[in-house]
Amino acid sequence: MQVPILKQGGVLIATIQAALSDADLLELRTALVQQVVRYRSSGVIVDVTAMDVMDSFASRTLLEISHMIRLRGAATVIVGIQPEVAFAMVQLGLTLEDIPTALDLEEGLEYLQQKARSIN
Amino acid sequence: MQRDKTALNQPAIQRSRPTELTRGEPKLELLRELVAHLRQNRTLLLEEWVARIAEAQLLTAMTEEEIFAEATLVYDSYFAALETGTFEALQAYARNLSERIIPRGVETHEVVGIVLLLRDVLARSLFAKYQTDFEKLNRILDAYEPAANRVANTVAVGFVQERERVIRQQQEAIRELSTPVLQVRERLLILPIIGVIDPMRARQLTEQLLRGIRTNRAKVVVIDITGVAAMDVTVANHLVQTVEASRLLGATVIVTGLSPEIAQTLVTIGVDLGKMNTVGDLQGGIEQAERLLGYKVVNPELGPGKAG
Repeated sequence: MQVPILKQGGVLIATIQAALSDADLLELRTALVQQVVRYRSSGVIVDVTAMDVMDSFASRTLLEISHMIRLRGAATVIVGIQPEVAFAMVQLGLTLEDIPTALDLEEGLEYLQQKARSIN
Repeated sequence: MQRDKTALNQPAIQRSRPTELTRGEPKLELLRELVAHLRQNRTLLLEEWVARIAEAQLLTAMTEEEIFAEATLVYDSYFAALETGTFEALQAYARNLSERIIPRGVETHEVVGIVLLLRDVLARSLFAKYQTDFEKLNRILDAYEPAANRVANTVAVGFVQERERVIRQQQEAIRELSTPVLQVRERLLILPIIGVIDPMRARQLTEQLLRGIRTNRAKVVVIDITGVAAMDVTVANHLVQTVEASRLLGATVIVTGLSPEIAQTLVTIGVDLGKMNTVGDLQGGIEQAERLLGYKVVNPELGPGKAG
């Protein structure tokens, strides 16, 4: 299942809508890393609200997406992690160390806007 | 004990050993005779029973008058149960009694003790009455024992059930009281924790906090643990995990009021202090939270910059 990537101003928004296979996740990674430069985006938001399981592969891929996008000159925010998922992740030691997270899409957009403002 | 149990499970008539003896007098007849005896000697037996209770030093939480009044009630419902063979009234009475005496600190062994004492007192009086007619005594005891055991059982079970109900109710109340998640400002939550945290409470606390962050759309959470004297390694780890999980939801956690013991525990388990945001007291924590949220507290009389 493919993840739709929407362009909203200078931000790319990828909304995961169902459980993803490992191949889907890698595809998402490739698509985001390509498009972030093609659209000259300053930020990427990955919305995981619909994910009710986050395994180690998924969180490692999110980590990689974030690091790769940083190298491509933009920031990444993960939004919409469910409370139960968050605690399960922490217990498994998948804390997404240095990736910014936000409650939902709105918060994520605000975070990126603030960041852009502080740079300018 | 084993004997009592089998007696309870079997209909009393089957238990009457020599069947040819009971044929003439059905069990009801015997019970009626028994009840008549109990009614006749009510005052005497009651007094003896109360004396035995005092002797055994049971029900020390109650005055002598109270014991006597309660004993009268127990006695009357006791032979009402024997007479009618129905135990609903006795059950209701046992529940009612338990409700009254549990708050006064009456223990299970006391309640069981007094009921067994009554059984003994009554059995003794039956021995005395029928000592000349051994066979009749045998038959009377056959009728009396199962009923008496069942009465003792009913009262004891009623008491224990009532006690368990009270305990359940209290646990429920404590659980509800124990973890309030309070919103003090737009997007700022406070979680004051007081008392001992066991793993179960810690889990519940985390759940409520994470859910609270979602429903209140919180950006900053102040967890105040001034009221927690110490916590073990498991719970301390859990606290650290809660802080990390909150971050995954996009909220910053500030922990305030760490006692020296808890600080030591956290250092011992080697917590990454870069992840934990701690402030000395609740006031400082709220001030920092307000700064993070961009609030400025201003006293209009003093002018900006001098308050807060």
